Amino acid sequence: MATSGSTRPVLAVENLSTHFFTRDGVVKAVDGISFEVMPGEVLGLVGESGSGKSITGFSIMGLIDPPGRIVSGSIRLNGEELVGLDDRAMRRFRGRSLAMVFQDPMMTLNPVLRIDTQMMEAVQAHEAVSDKAARARSAEVLAMVGIPSPEERLSAYPHQFSGGMRQRVAIAIALIHRPALIIADEPTTALDVTIQSQILAEMQRLCAESGTALVWITHDLAVVAGLADRVAVMYAGRIAEQGKVDDVLDRPIHPYTHGLIGSVPGARMHGARLAQIPGSTPSLGRLPPGCAFAPRCPRADAACAEHAPSIAAAPDGRAYRCHRPMLIEEVAR
Amino acid sequence: MIASGELLRVAHVSKRFVKSVDLAGRIANKLGADNRETVVHAVDNVDLSVAPGEVVALVGESGCGKSTLGRVIAGIHDPTEGEVFWRGDNIATMDRAARQAFTLGAQMIFQDPMSSLNPRIRAGEIVGEAPRVHGLFDAKDEDDYVAGLFRQVGLDPDYRRRFPHQFSGGQRARIGIARALAVKPDLLVCDESVAALDVSIQAQVLNLFMDLREQLGLAYVFISHDLGVVRHISDRIFVMYLGRVIESGPSEAIFAAPRHPYTQALLDNVPRLDARKRSFTTVKGEIPSPLHPPSGCHFHPRCPVAGPRCAREVPVRTETPDGRMAACHLVSGGVT
Ligand SMILES: Nc1ncnc2c1ncn2[C@@H]1O[C@H](COP(=O)(O)OP(=O)(O)OP(=O)(O)O)[C@@H](O)[C@H]1O
Ligand SMILES: Nc1ncnc2c1ncn2[C@@H]1O[C@H](COP(=O)(O)OP(=O)(O)OP(=O)(O)O)[C@@H](O)[C@H]1O
Ligand code: SF4
Ligand code: SF4
Ligand SMILES: [Mg+2]
Ligand SMILES: [Mg+2]
Repeated sequence: MATSGSTRPVLAVENLSTHFFTRDGVVKAVDGISFEVMPGEVLGLVGESGSGKSITGFSIMGLIDPPGRIVSGSIRLNGEELVGLDDRAMRRFRGRSLAMVFQDPMMTLNPVLRIDTQMMEAVQAHEAVSDKAARARSAEVLAMVGIPSPEERLSAYPHQFSGGMRQRVAIAIALIHRPALIIADEPTTALDVTIQSQILAEMQRLCAESGTALVWITHDLAVVAGLADRVAVMYAGRIAEQGKVDDVLDRPIHPYTHGLIGSVPGARMHGARLAQIPGSTPSLGRLPPGCAFAPRCPRADAACAEHAPSIAAAPDGRAYRCHRPMLIEEVAR
Repeated sequence: MIASGELLRVAHVSKRFVKSVDLAGRIANKLGADNRETVVHAVDNVDLSVAPGEVVALVGESGCGKSTLGRVIAGIHDPTEGEVFWRGDNIATMDRAARQAFTLGAQMIFQDPMSSLNPRIRAGEIVGEAPRVHGLFDAKDEDDYVAGLFRQVGLDPDYRRRFPHQFSGGQRARIGIARALAVKPDLLVCDESVAALDVSIQAQVLNLFMDLREQLGLAYVFISHDLGVVRHISDRIFVMYLGRVIESGPSEAIFAAPRHPYTQALLDNVPRLDARKRSFTTVKGEIPSPLHPPSGCHFHPRCPVAGPRCAREVPVRTETPDGRMAACHLVSGGVT
């Protein structure tokens, strides 16, 4: 395994809380989460819309703007504390040792600038190299993500690319400086499978070879199954359950994880009704006092609605938050 | 479950887009360059039919023409070549009343629910506008009509007074569906309609699609890059590559044993819950530009089993009695 020989995590997040102080109250977008990512390791961060996945990524990147604020916790990149750094200090990390690929590639790309202008600027932001070398590096990373005739495409504008191609360019920009950690926020959600596979293969190879750690944010459990070493399942700003992919997907402890797995359209039940979790994600500004999943949870009892579960450890090393965890033998396979 | 007969058929349909030379190109031309108008064959000679109550899926790589074909099917684009038939009548030659029936009968649900919903208009108005314009109810019944649609898609009718931004992604998808249902369509063209939703909400919306199919006999053209979803929901699939349909047939048969090498590659790459920490086998080569598609079989530069004939000849469409079609030289005489 790529993680052997190294004991220090690339990323260590401890008890991180990021809240938004809005006129309507405090939105606890991220509320006491802890996780680590080792060199070369892929962590899948999954959960429903609004569960705090992107805000987790933005917090690590130092991209939280008012009314949002990291209210507590620690984020260490190769041992260096990032919480509390000012924007100038953060900018030294961003794009070089820390890169993010966003859900919408236009968060990375400027619509009115040619691709070469943008990519060469990204190269030269952290490396004093000639235009020629910057251009060559740009073409090289474009080729890595499967852009046809990269030299030619460099002089195109973002609008001349399809959505999938734009996302590849954004991923290519993240790869430029071979960062220690990449946070990828749903980058392949809009792409079709052969392209997704190429990107996943590329990411997998990159992580294994260079020791780059990867946090892969997605709502697609099947992608996490294929890509990740470990998975953290988020719900309403907290991690419901985290552990090795096999443990979590084969024997979910948390009722939410169990419901999610049942919702995935699979081959064994063509046309049948999918198991669906009733209701929708709670508004994070008005969370119930107890477990946030209680209103949707088939296992909820009176205690669940009153006291929020704290983090517990399972014998297999998983961490979870649930008063009534599912017993292994109860889980339908 | 599928009623017999034909709701919609497209025959030999092609859609081309002409990209004119831009200003920089024209200036370069003055200096002796040779930039010409380029033509994208977004959809190239496609035959497809949809029966009442049937779910037909369009799959393929980005830019292969799924949305364009979907728009032709929904009557949003006119085809450059070929015909579209609605209940057996050619839409190009039908009278106004029949054309109106087609316009209402085939509805498109767009890729991004947020950008297709006007943020300043209340949800009830978004849903009620089209049926009012088309006189589908008496003015006094509008409230009940819209409330009924909200219930049908699983939304609280009280939400009619809310604005789009006050809804979650799944709820917005439901508003998009309610808006399409409001004109009592027979066919919904769903372009990546569940792509932006989380799994549990996606499951709710897919269940809703299946329920509506059962209750109303709705047919679907379901455009999705998620082959897990497609496998779950579709009766037949059409696999497209650079504008052409390269394989089609009953979903289960194709998922069980794809005949076209591209379909095989596509299915090998579907992420599955039970495929752990896999090594991703990828299709080699790059995606050809739709502006300059490869000769012969468009897939030949990437195909692991291509032979000399593949670059020379466009493979013919080989149909078999089991309702399947594949356009590959392997199934029509060999690649040499
Ligand atoms: N600027 C803001 N002001 C107030 N609340 C915010 C702000 N940005 C995010 N939030 C809230 O924080 C929560 C977490 O949002 P986040 O974007 O992290 O969700 P997510 O898990 O990435 O969801 P998705 O899958 O939809 O991308 C949401 O409830 C969101 O409404
Ligand atoms: N209005 C247009 N003008 C010019 N070219 C177009 C137009 N619409 C589509 N195209 C081109 O036609 C081809 C097919 O596009 P289309 O949007 O149908 O693909 P798609 O299969 O839906 O892709 P995706 O999966 O990315 O949505 C592409 O090369 C695209 O650039
Ligand atoms: S704590 Fe209670 S409500 Fe929350 S997930 Fe566990 S069983 Fe369900
Ligand atoms: S026609 Fe030739 S290149 Fe095309 S899919 Fe068949 S074998 Fe491959
Ligand atoms: Mg997000
Ligand atoms: Mg499309």
